[in-house]
Amino acid sequence: MTDKPSRSRLQALYEWLDERLGLTTINKLVLDRKVPKVNWWYTLGSATLFLFILQGITGIFLTVYYVPTPDHAYDSVNYIMQGVRFGWLVRGIHHWGASFMVLFVFLHMLRVFYMGSYKYPRELTWIIGVMLFLLTLGMGFTGYLLPWNQRAYWATTVGTQIAGTPPVIGPWITRILRGGEDISALTLSRFFSMHIWMIPGLMLLLVTVHLYLVIRLGISNPPGKDE
Amino acid sequence: MSSRNPHDLSRRDFFKIVGSFVSGIMGVMLGIPLISYFISPALDEQGGEKWIPAGPLENYPLGKPTLFTFTLTKQHGWEKTSQSYGVYIIRHSDTEVTVFSNVCTHLACRVRWKDELGEFVCPCHDAHFAETGEVISGPAPRPLDKYEYKIEDGILYIHLVEG
Ligand code: HEM
Ligand code: FES
Repeated sequence: MTDKPSRSRLQALYEWLDERLGLTTINKLVLDRKVPKVNWWYTLGSATLFLFILQGITGIFLTVYYVPTPDHAYDSVNYIMQGVRFGWLVRGIHHWGASFMVLFVFLHMLRVFYMGSYKYPRELTWIIGVMLFLLTLGMGFTGYLLPWNQRAYWATTVGTQIAGTPPVIGPWITRILRGGEDISALTLSRFFSMHIWMIPGLMLLLVTVHLYLVIRLGISNPPGKDE
Repeated sequence: MSSRNPHDLSRRDFFKIVGSFVSGIMGVMLGIPLISYFISPALDEQGGEKWIPAGPLENYPLGKPTLFTFTLTKQHGWEKTSQSYGVYIIRHSDTEVTVFSNVCTHLACRVRWKDELGEFVCPCHDAHFAETGEVISGPAPRPLDKYEYKIEDGILYIHLVEG
């Protein structure tokens, strides 16, 4: 009985906000939408979304100490691992999360393909998904250089060399990726910029559209025997 | 499914409860390390203490504040940084000196001794300090800080304590 008035006050606050924000409507459209009887494979998109957010959070925290210059990058990563409380955890989550994200995006794509969910009217959802898949790989590629150790250096040497294999434009691609002939301070800072601003920004935009489409079109029915 | 006691938990409510509980735990398990991670350098052991040799006492003229500067290298995260320090030393006798920190007690700019005024003056917000360190005018809340010192074999040592 003592907690009655406070409850109704909370209720009143909710109603006040709801009237202005339309929370109930959002809730109905986003969470209470109709979903066909599906299986666990249909949770892979949400799992990917969870990883994407986790990568965002841990990545933002890594930039508190990480410095993208040749003279400090390696030492700053070392400091995160040795000198910062829970640095090993934050970096560890980001490191493993990256691999898991590639895995989950791929499995999600497989289930969409296997279930034929890419067909009309969901072609755009699929196309945007393909972009998200490629951008996820781009995140892995650009992130790999950042620790600036031997493995990072040589992986990027090889990766940018592979990018240069197409005829005619190949050498240009390599030079643009590296920011010049060699892997240098310019390469490190542009990979950093791509890794923390350009690619994630684009992904955020595309994930938003992707989810909008998923909600607007609804989840596809798993194909039946008579189809 | 068919007949259910109204007090039974619905599938929906069950998932609501389990879901909030699990998210709560994950939030705490990530949140506490992240906070600790962010404030980590502030929790590290700071400063320490050190005796800094300031040279033979006879280098310092009697009764006149004389600036003595020195630098210390310190490790800040992944970088070694040199930090400069300045102290004003006033020799009163063969056994007695005063060592003032040149850090303004207002907001930590560095004060300078002005011979023509006979005062320490801070360039930032114009605090004036007397030769004794007392505040004469301006926003400084307290006199200039003094360092402990010792004299061994005619050499002056300053006790630097930080943190
Ligand atoms: C950052 C990466 C991605 C995120 C966060 C994401 C998220 C999601 C979510 C939450 C769903 C709801 C259904 C489910 O979970 O299965 C979904 C559906 C879908 N996704 Fe993705 N996805 C990503 C990448 C991809 C990729 C790489 C593809 C394919 C190339 C793709 C194609 C689709 C399609 C066609 C649907 C509609 C499925 C249906 O209606 O049954 N997505 N996505
Ligand atoms: S800092 Fe010296 S007067 Fe303000």
